[in-house]
Amino acid sequence: MSRVRTYAEAIAEATAIAMEIDERVLCFGLGVDDPKRVFGTTAGLLERFGPARVFDMPTSEAGMTGVAIGASLDGARCLMTHQRLDFFLLALDQIVNNAAKWRYMFGGQSTPVRLVVRLILGRGWGQGPTHSQNLQSWFAHIPGLKVVMPASPADAKGLLLSALFDDNPVLYLEHRWLHQMQGDVPEGDYRVPIGKANRVADGDDLTIVTMSSMTLEALHALPCLRKAGLSADVIDLRTVRPLDWETVLGSIRKTGRLLAVDTASPTCSVAAEIVATAASECFDRLKAPPRRLAMPDFPVPTSPALTANFYPRAEHIAAAAASMLGRTIDVEDIVASRTSPHDVPGEWFKGPF
Amino acid sequence: MTIRAAGHEPPRVALLRSMLRLRCFEEAIAERYPEQKMRCPVHLSVGQEAVSAAVGLALEPGDLAVSGHRAHTHYLAKGGSMPRLLAEIYGKRTGCSRGKGGSMHLIDETVGFKGSTAIVAGTIPVGTGLGLSLSLRNTKQVACVFFGDAAVEEGVFFEAVNFAAVRRLPVLYVCENNFYSVYSPLRVRQPEGRQIHEMVSGLGVRAMHGDGNDPELVYRTTVDALDSIRSGSGPAFVEFTTYRYREHCGPNFDNDIGYRTEAEFLRWRAADPVEAYERRLLDLGTVTSEAVRDMRAEIAAEVADAFAFAEHSAFPDAAEAYCDLYAGEDGT
Repeated sequence: MSRVRTYAEAIAEATAIAMEIDERVLCFGLGVDDPKRVFGTTAGLLERFGPARVFDMPTSEAGMTGVAIGASLDGARCLMTHQRLDFFLLALDQIVNNAAKWRYMFGGQSTPVRLVVRLILGRGWGQGPTHSQNLQSWFAHIPGLKVVMPASPADAKGLLLSALFDDNPVLYLEHRWLHQMQGDVPEGDYRVPIGKANRVADGDDLTIVTMSSMTLEALHALPCLRKAGLSADVIDLRTVRPLDWETVLGSIRKTGRLLAVDTASPTCSVAAEIVATAASECFDRLKAPPRRLAMPDFPVPTSPALTANFYPRAEHIAAAAASMLGRTIDVEDIVASRTSPHDVPGEWFKGPF
Repeated sequence: MTIRAAGHEPPRVALLRSMLRLRCFEEAIAERYPEQKMRCPVHLSVGQEAVSAAVGLALEPGDLAVSGHRAHTHYLAKGGSMPRLLAEIYGKRTGCSRGKGGSMHLIDETVGFKGSTAIVAGTIPVGTGLGLSLSLRNTKQVACVFFGDAAVEEGVFFEAVNFAAVRRLPVLYVCENNFYSVYSPLRVRQPEGRQIHEMVSGLGVRAMHGDGNDPELVYRTTVDALDSIRSGSGPAFVEFTTYRYREHCGPNFDNDIGYRTEAEFLRWRAADPVEAYERRLLDLGTVTSEAVRDMRAEIAAEVADAFAFAEHSAFPDAAEAYCDLYAGEDGT
């Protein structure tokens, strides 16, 4: 049975179910028990599971990541939360040198590092240079880590439950613009396998590979393409490491065209990796040069005047897809259908972050 | 904080035996390193054995421990397997990390040695996290974290110790202060007049200190710290001053290259902890010279056996480089 839930509610629900199933699941991070409950994503956990298992922490991202690794080596399953990914950069040593390596460098003989790190990705509303970085490719570069980026409430739940019961460190990148998104969410211990992409639209003319919030933008681009007589496969990666090459390359072989859309800047991005792999694995099936559509290769500025055309959106996806097919199309419908300002996900978002 | 009167008699013979064993092991590595068969960096603890020996004996078998790059003696003192440690340094399949880790990445969970890693201070929060889990499980176990004087300059040291203090975690922090970080002396790293234990005391953690070359003092101090941790008083920090005889990394002496003086080395060497303790126990009549001779012979045989095991063990198949990355599935 499915019910309608928001993405944020789905995260809280998945956490509660995991904590119910396994009493060794701990949930901690700055603000997990504060009045706002991390945009509602930790709502109800403290009341249900108590302060021994749901707790705030010192402002010590690096140290507390190591603490989570250590606790997991004694059998705990740790879920850590960061209000923005950018703060987590302080913890790179612990995640790269310890969490990612622990199993391998001890020859597979250690207790598993059961650690999930929730990293919230900011966008718009003046998030600016240090509150809106999408560094999935950094993490995906590290052997030993798994990296997931759910795009829907159902996947938010299913991937979080899979991550919490995985015996490897998993980075869970959730987009701030998706927290209020509603969708059908299955009840109970619902799991979405890590490493499996999701074909969210079927088409013949090109393959659009997406992740996280860009999946929604791609879906919004489809009616416009359809109007021009064009159809696309939209492959929502869901996991960027391990990446589901079978699904991605299978689609590219079918359509012959690839538009890899990324929430990050293009250089050394996940989109770049997909274009490179498509070129080396199915070059003879390509009908057009594969393309990336990503953020500018700049830090993100703050003023709304500077971000008006900064983020790629549905209209850019539609225009890029059409141009790969030698067409120019009218994207005015997409722009006109948008009722809220460019720097918020919808009228519901009034700041402050 | 002063140290309470000794409530626990040090196990003198065991202390001497452990120190002799650690010295013999590390010196054997130094002697055979030039053979080029141990093909990884080694950080030897020659000169610092009293801390490992005494802390190792003060810990309960069920306690957990983590360490850093200079970890051979911590590993052995916690009960880790000598043959498997040597096989690891030799890069063999029988190594404690199956050849993936080398000298700086040691593990033996069967004796509670949960891992040593190469990044300075990297395991301090990990050991603290072990303490968090032990505290949530309400066991009487303690997590022991070994590190050097440079580690207290790292951010994660403060972060981890702060958290342990906030949550009163059962963690014993053991700082071996040998005055040098590679070639950098304390005076360029920490302000003149600072006492590391005093600084840590300011963080709200019970901190003690003493001569790390006096095994009985190290033992009493550590037992005292462990007692207070087990009684629920929260973490404790012990700082022991000691001295590394050989180069930071490798088998040689390096007093000639200019970062410290031969005179300084000779001063420490003259008060060698292993020789001094052996003399002391002989003088006290705790052991006889025959007993020490037998002890040395047994240890030499154990070390020789460990080398034979390491030398005769097979190398891992090259394909093993591509396994053990992920748990579950095919491991890759």
